[in-house]
Amino acid sequence: MKHLLTIEDLDRDQVETLLDRADSFAEVTRRDIKKVPTLRGQTVVTLFYESSTRTSSSFELAAKRLSADVVSVKASGSSVDKGESLKDTVETLSAYDPAAIVIRHPYAGAAQMLTRWVGASVINAGDGMHQHPSQALLDVFTLRNRLGSLEGKNIWIVGDVLHSRVARSNIAAFQLMGASVTVCGPPTLIPRGIEASGCRVRHSLDELEQADVVYLLRMQRERMGENFVPSIREYARLFQVNGRRLGPRQLVMHPGPVNRGVEIGSDVIDSDRSLIADQVTSGLAVRMAILYELLTRTDDAVEQSPPDGPVPIGEPA
Amino acid sequence: MNRNPEEVPERLPQPMIQRPGPAASMLIRQANVLDPAAGIDGAFDLLIEDGRISELAEAGTLKPGTGTEVVEAEGLHVFPAFFDPHVHLRTPGQEYKEDLETGTRSAAAGGYAGVLAMANTSPPVSSPADIEALRSQAAEQASVPVGFLATVTRDMAGEELTDMAELREAGAVGFTDDGLPIKNPGIMRRALQYQAMCGGTIALHEEDPDLSAGGSMHEGEVSLNLGLRGVPSISESVMISRDAAIAGYENGRIQVQHLSAIESIEAIRRAKADGVLITCEVTPHHLCLTDEAVRDLDASKHKMNPPLRSEADRQALIAALIDGTIDCIATDHAPHSVDEKEVPYEAANMGVTGLETAFSSIYTELVLPGVLSLELVIEKLGCGGIPFDIEPFSVAENSVANLCLVDLDAEWVVGEDGYESRSTNSWCAGETLKGRVLMTLANGQVAYRLRSFSMGVA
Repeated sequence: MKHLLTIEDLDRDQVETLLDRADSFAEVTRRDIKKVPTLRGQTVVTLFYESSTRTSSSFELAAKRLSADVVSVKASGSSVDKGESLKDTVETLSAYDPAAIVIRHPYAGAAQMLTRWVGASVINAGDGMHQHPSQALLDVFTLRNRLGSLEGKNIWIVGDVLHSRVARSNIAAFQLMGASVTVCGPPTLIPRGIEASGCRVRHSLDELEQADVVYLLRMQRERMGENFVPSIREYARLFQVNGRRLGPRQLVMHPGPVNRGVEIGSDVIDSDRSLIADQVTSGLAVRMAILYELLTRTDDAVEQSPPDGPVPIGEPA
Repeated sequence: MNRNPEEVPERLPQPMIQRPGPAASMLIRQANVLDPAAGIDGAFDLLIEDGRISELAEAGTLKPGTGTEVVEAEGLHVFPAFFDPHVHLRTPGQEYKEDLETGTRSAAAGGYAGVLAMANTSPPVSSPADIEALRSQAAEQASVPVGFLATVTRDMAGEELTDMAELREAGAVGFTDDGLPIKNPGIMRRALQYQAMCGGTIALHEEDPDLSAGGSMHEGEVSLNLGLRGVPSISESVMISRDAAIAGYENGRIQVQHLSAIESIEAIRRAKADGVLITCEVTPHHLCLTDEAVRDLDASKHKMNPPLRSEADRQALIAALIDGTIDCIATDHAPHSVDEKEVPYEAANMGVTGLETAFSSIYTELVLPGVLSLELVIEKLGCGGIPFDIEPFSVAENSVANLCLVDLDAEWVVGEDGYESRSTNSWCAGETLKGRVLMTLANGQVAYRLRSFSMGVA
């Protein structure tokens, strides 16, 4: 595996291997010295054309924990602001000979384009409404840790599925791991024909009690102007998941950032049914595992560190 | 050097204009000549003298005069040249994509002897002076005859009509806001009322801008997977139905451009059955490709408007071409620079080039597998002028020489030797095609010869 572009590029074994690796890195992150020398001397570029807190900070920290040199470029305040094209920016950054480029871009397929221009491994950190594979992997990781397995679980994805790259990646990832997926939201926010991907479609929360896990999507306020929903107030009344709608054993997830009181009630966010904080923690270990898989497992590379024995800096090898 | 349109030789159809050049004289020997409309199908010698087909005789019977060029065409085919009612020559204002010289050279390389240029240039062709300037430029640069359409609304803003009568006097072949639909049905109606006085078919890019808002490909399973906003097929058909109703009411004449979807075909069928003066065209790429091709997210090859649609749509377009619902094939040749295409799919400009590959792509994808007959393809590539009152070309005796010489067995890789067009956004780039145009005669002049194609002189 050279690049991570979409969940569809992975099979179940690859996901399991990657998550096992993430388990070992999660152990590292609980040590006093949280750094391993695995990627020492390698450069990781993060290139973010959209604002991001979780994804950019966790990729950056993941690379640093693996001892890579990290160059973080954001669209604002860089040559991108001055009108430089994606190709020119990427070719400029390639001069640093990065081992990996992590890219988030507002347009679908941007990460895929990079693979045509650079020799580095390309990691898609979100491209338009297309895919966000590292999010899906950390969500599967979070659920695996809590439930043991996703096999046979019912997962409801509720909200703006139409505009969501997280939904596209997560539907594929949850199904790959054996879960059955229901998407739920107003018809204007559910893509036409999504049943073909094997999901059930619901336009109300009436049967929500069937769900083992409720995965909420962010309701973007700008969708109101485009008439996807008549009002945020009505949307919240119909589709908000809160303490009254959620049973005691149902889990809640959200990729963040949350709109408290819109798609999710505050009582749920702060309850023990919420995995939202776990998702963020998982993000670091999973992104370390992604970088590790891509950068140490190329055909001609020798494994530099066994999966269960990464050696912290400062300890004898 | 400015040329007055009146100096153009009489044999030119009035609205078309070409760079004057020497009239061709040559003997094409033992060619398989196919002109379905004229009932010609067999091996012939063609003698071309002073730009006209002076003799069409049994193969092997004509002897060249001294100094006459001889083209040995045994095993090769001669067809009446093609006519494309829908090309973008990007002049004025976007000559970095294409100009009249490169665009007509590209046409000639595809076997075309006539093209109609769309008016969505920069600025758009909205005034009689614009038409006059283009015509004098074409008289210096166009290797095949070009006709120019003017916009329906001033600067394509959709608000006021252009001076349609004066534009016609200046030489506008017809009218179009191609690139954009005419959103306001009231303006559409006024344009058709005015047409009753000044003539000029109105060519329509049919799309409801609110239904396709933000879409960059066909709305379907592929757009869902790729996370691209979709353009629903009904975006096209609702506007066709609207404009067919207005045209029927006003007895106006409309040409629907680049049909892409089943619903559109049905709307055209209904309008034709109702007696509306409506004609329509389909592009080679909509006949050969579907939205599955977009999975590679290669905007240079696979992003255009209307978008590539489903396999069911493609099959319906083929059936409609066969049953005559679709009148002709038009390329919608739309050159763009690399910088406008080598960007993420959603950000890329829409449009692909098609003049140089129109025949070869259809021959390879549809004729060789037995889907379409060669006769039908020759006819539909040739009759694009009819909606604008321009007669198709013929290779019958005494016709002006408008023909192409084609090697149906030749295999070539598109783009391998570059393009005649200034732009490289061919939807066939890198594909291996069968059937290659070796030479094109346009309005009695040699407009194109493949560089490696040699000929003998007696």
